[in-house]
Amino acid sequence: MSVKTFLKTPSNKVFFVIVLLLLAAPLFLSVFRINLLGKFISYAILAMGIDLIWGYTGILSLGHGVFFGLGAYAMGMYLKLEAAHGKLPDFMAWSGLEKLPAIWAPFSNPLSLIFIVLIPAFLAAVIGYLTFKNRIRGVYFSILSQALSLIFVVLFIGQQAYTGGTNGLTSFRTMFGLPLAADNTKYLVYYAAVFLLFIVYLYCRFLIGHRFGKILIAIRDGENRVRFSGYDPAVYKIFVYISSAVIAGIAGAVFVPQVGIISPAEMGIVPSIEMVIWVAIGGRGTLIGAVIGAILVNGLKSGISESFPEVWSYFLGLTFIAVVIFMPEGLVGIVKKYAGRIAIRREKKDKTAEKAPSVN
Amino acid sequence: METVLEIKDLIISFDGFRAVNGVTTSVQKGEVRFFIGPNGAGKTTLLDAICGRVHPQHGSIIFNGDKNIMHYPEHKLVNIGIGRKFQVPSVFTSLSVYENMEVSVVKKRGIAASLFSEITEAQQEKINKVLTLVDLNNCAGKKAADLSHGQKQWLEIAMLLVQDLQLILLDEPVAGMGRRETTKTGELLRKIAQHCTVIVVEHDMEFVREFASKVTVMHEGHILDEGSVEQVQKNPKVIDVYLGRGGENCA
Repeated sequence: MSVKTFLKTPSNKVFFVIVLLLLAAPLFLSVFRINLLGKFISYAILAMGIDLIWGYTGILSLGHGVFFGLGAYAMGMYLKLEAAHGKLPDFMAWSGLEKLPAIWAPFSNPLSLIFIVLIPAFLAAVIGYLTFKNRIRGVYFSILSQALSLIFVVLFIGQQAYTGGTNGLTSFRTMFGLPLAADNTKYLVYYAAVFLLFIVYLYCRFLIGHRFGKILIAIRDGENRVRFSGYDPAVYKIFVYISSAVIAGIAGAVFVPQVGIISPAEMGIVPSIEMVIWVAIGGRGTLIGAVIGAILVNGLKSGISESFPEVWSYFLGLTFIAVVIFMPEGLVGIVKKYAGRIAIRREKKDKTAEKAPSVN
Repeated sequence: METVLEIKDLIISFDGFRAVNGVTTSVQKGEVRFFIGPNGAGKTTLLDAICGRVHPQHGSIIFNGDKNIMHYPEHKLVNIGIGRKFQVPSVFTSLSVYENMEVSVVKKRGIAASLFSEITEAQQEKINKVLTLVDLNNCAGKKAADLSHGQKQWLEIAMLLVQDLQLILLDEPVAGMGRRETTKTGELLRKIAQHCTVIVVEHDMEFVREFASKVTVMHEGHILDEGSVEQVQKNPKVIDVYLGRGGENCA
């Protein structure tokens, strides 16, 4: 696809502008703000994955925090070992371990970063196969996905010696030898985040832009019709679930070096639901809505909770209710509606302008 | 005549209740066969069994002389030439009419094919031909959600037609339609029947009288009578359980 055809659709144009703004942001913002923005970008990547499975395919997963967390932990384990310089990571020593556990051993090698993608993919494949092949759908799937999130939080808190428990993994020092506290490294990590945002967007657009995307929407609208049209919906759902989990894993890996900590709190049910709310506010089934929703909501969150920390939860809740009632298709839906109206009005104007001379 | 579908001693029960109880019938090629009967007669259950949604406890369903389709996976039925239309119009409402057809027309339905292969010109022509047949060629770009009820039904039928089927199962295709739409659907049915066999479950007696080539009357899971419309209408048992009451309702 050439750049020209890519920029033909309005949402791609908007995305392009967002990427340009993000690239230019370091010129205007302090390192602290850039670091924060980088975190929002990781959320935006995550939101696109949720949009694929919920917005397009209609499967509401309320446990995506797990995949985000698994990607983040894989990254965190690598950084932790790098910080430990061949010694045992601090929390293991406190928990009484004397030797590096076998599941940690591979993470001393940079190649282990492939696990950021592989672990979420594997988990999603297993869960997707068991649920979608058995035609577990709708609210039953949502409940199962919540249980998944709960199980992982309990597991990660319980296995303190292996996971760092409630505190999670923190006190990273360097990444590939570069000190994480240095401004230059922060910019580098930020630009890497923007790059990954772009790549993930292209991947999602690729899926959606072909007949595959239409089949996802078809599964959302009428799974039985899809089945009797000769498609096996389970295969498509499993594929999308895996894609979405991998994207969430990548988002987690982008999150860790910028924020400097990953703990079980990030994989819980509440953050998992919040992720869905970003997509709902931005506009589901549009990709660009997910990106805008994630950045906007989190931007507001840090803005509001800096000044009035106690108000935030109420604000988010009320916003969500307002979105569901007044703009079910989110911000993007509103813009589309008004843009459509303006286009129709223009057409009418053109038509009357054409007619006028013929009357004379 | 060639037998397309042969059903033998079919028994389907749910928790001990026999919805279909020993049904035996065969459908010939080119027939427009109607299954009629009061509510709970087992008509829709029979359709469900033919297309693999429910699994009969006893009996057999043979397609085209040699294929036992009783335990055939639903998504593979299209490949052997059987298509099903549901009672409630089920089209993909967020897609355009043309996109609905596009999803239906392709033969390769794996993930790789739907990512990397475009539909061919021959397939595009086919879509346009079928859309003209069902009178939706002017709405190709319209969102399916914006179609009228009747148009949605026709679109769903069009989605079946584009798949080169040998046997089409229609569950109450004219439910909720006005007289004019019903007649139009009937005419469409006649055109379809030139290429394939059609099985229809229907309540609308006027529609049945006008368009059925053969009727099977069902009652409480049994077949009460089978034959031409005139023949069936004369059977006192049929009049008793169905036509009489149906006549009252229609009047």
